Amino acid sequence: MIISERDVEQLAFLSRLDLTAEDKIAYTKSLNAILDYLDMLNRLDTDTVEPAAHVLPLKNILREDKLQPSLDKEQALANAPEEEEGAFKVPRIV
Amino acid sequence: MAQYETVIGLEVHIELKTRSKVFCDSTTEFGGDPNTHVCPVCLGLPGTLPVVNKTVVEYAIRAALAINCSIAEFSKFDRKNYYYPDMPKNYQISQYDLPIALGGYLDIELDGDTRRVGITRLHMEEDTGKLVHQGTITTTPFSLVDYNRAGVPLIEIVSEPDMRSPEEARRYLEKLKAIIQYTGVSDCKMEEGSLRCDANISLRPVSSTELGTKTEIKNLNSFRALQRALSYEIERQTKVLGEGGRIVQETRTWDEGKGITLPLRSKEFAHDYRYFPDPDLVPMIIDREWVEDIRSSLPELPDDRRQRYIGEYGLPEYDATILTDTKELADYFEDCVNAYPNPKVVSNWVMGDLTRLLNSGAVDITECSIGPEQLALLLQLMDKGTISGKIAKAVFEEMFATGKDPEVIVRDKGLVQISDEGAIVAIVDEILAGNPKSVEDFRAGKEKALGFLVGQVMKATKGKANPDLVNRLLKEKLQ
Repeated sequence: MIISERDVEQLAFLSRLDLTAEDKIAYTKSLNAILDYLDMLNRLDTDTVEPAAHVLPLKNILREDKLQPSLDKEQALANAPEEEEGAFKVPRIV
Repeated sequence: MAQYETVIGLEVHIELKTRSKVFCDSTTEFGGDPNTHVCPVCLGLPGTLPVVNKTVVEYAIRAALAINCSIAEFSKFDRKNYYYPDMPKNYQISQYDLPIALGGYLDIELDGDTRRVGITRLHMEEDTGKLVHQGTITTTPFSLVDYNRAGVPLIEIVSEPDMRSPEEARRYLEKLKAIIQYTGVSDCKMEEGSLRCDANISLRPVSSTELGTKTEIKNLNSFRALQRALSYEIERQTKVLGEGGRIVQETRTWDEGKGITLPLRSKEFAHDYRYFPDPDLVPMIIDREWVEDIRSSLPELPDDRRQRYIGEYGLPEYDATILTDTKELADYFEDCVNAYPNPKVVSNWVMGDLTRLLNSGAVDITECSIGPEQLALLLQLMDKGTISGKIAKAVFEEMFATGKDPEVIVRDKGLVQISDEGAIVAIVDEILAGNPKSVEDFRAGKEKALGFLVGQVMKATKGKANPDLVNRLLKEKLQ
């Protein structure tokens, strides 16, 4: 077991997930199963394989520094749960 | 008591002056009504994809070359994950293990010595949105979020822990600012937040080579704040260590009003960012020819300009250092020298009266009302003997306040120097008659009395008498 239930709790906190006691047991088990599988991959000899930063054979996709008009305010705020003075209104975080 | 050595490293964020944001085509313009410089990409709407702005990469390389960094052959973007509403995506796109540039340095001058400060890395990332709290940060139930700044391109420059005093840290930041400004990739305005600085600071026993536990100080909005916060933190850490305590590794914020640093609650910065390569962005392989093109387009940088001022203009090192500190001041100075080819005289005026007036009025050199040609005209009036040096200073102040040409001020205010011998003789006679005691003193060998009498003549002529003439006439009369 590489991942403990405490690790799962910490991960859940960082991901803002509310897990029940049963959830925690289940996720601890499945996350460990995934890591066991990765362990199996680690047994492969990859000395001659370049690390991949991306799965697609693409590089240097760049755009010119050009402007497009902004969304208008109503559109920008259309999905805001709440708004005030043109700003997204959110609960205090700290 | 144990003697401690201070160890300081700085992390500096600089906004790049591109037209559009780093991953989308919204404007980077400063200010604006909240959420009016946004698009689906920088609002993090589902289904959108970021595309890297080529000019951002170019500017990052340009800045990196100016501080002697090596440009990576292979570079990529990563996601820095955290929950805070300043980013709508719940992550910030940054660079983690393969930044665009590594391993540079810059040289700083301090008390006549040159010190080299290492630069660990330079990477690209996106700026965050701005949160406005209603009331104070601890009492407000809500925050208002403006995403205009979200996605504005930043470079972060991380120094080695090479600085040993608050003064050195300040000097480093000033020098870095000057160099980046010279490259033209940013305005570096601390007051608008286009240059921001966090400081890492720790103490260690003088003989030790290991690093002590550090604290990170945020909210440093000026050079002065940086220096004061570091001085305060040295005092605080010295006290804790002196009492046998331990430094807690934490993030602290500088309270400008109280003049102290305070711990930020650690929950705000859960330092577990779970970086991973951003699958929405593909890697960059930086073409060497492109790098060399950028290198060859770099302008003359502060160190080279300073050397030129010493070599070509024959200026003292002190003058050369101050004049080249900002590109704007150096450009102004050179325009003045082109109009009046006596660098030392121009330097004295620019570093003296002009700097004093700029500082006292909080005026930027780019908004200075005295143009280089006008300064040259004033100096020519002095050379011709039309006005005295003392009057020139008064005219200079008037030029600064009104933007008028020096001849106009001299004519309108009747400030032309009195060089008519007859007119001055009459006043000299008057002063001598009115101050028999001083006359007697001078004849008894008190040289000082002459200075007093010259002063009286200057006063009587409202400073307009030609001082050389006054001196000569007084001496003749007193023989």
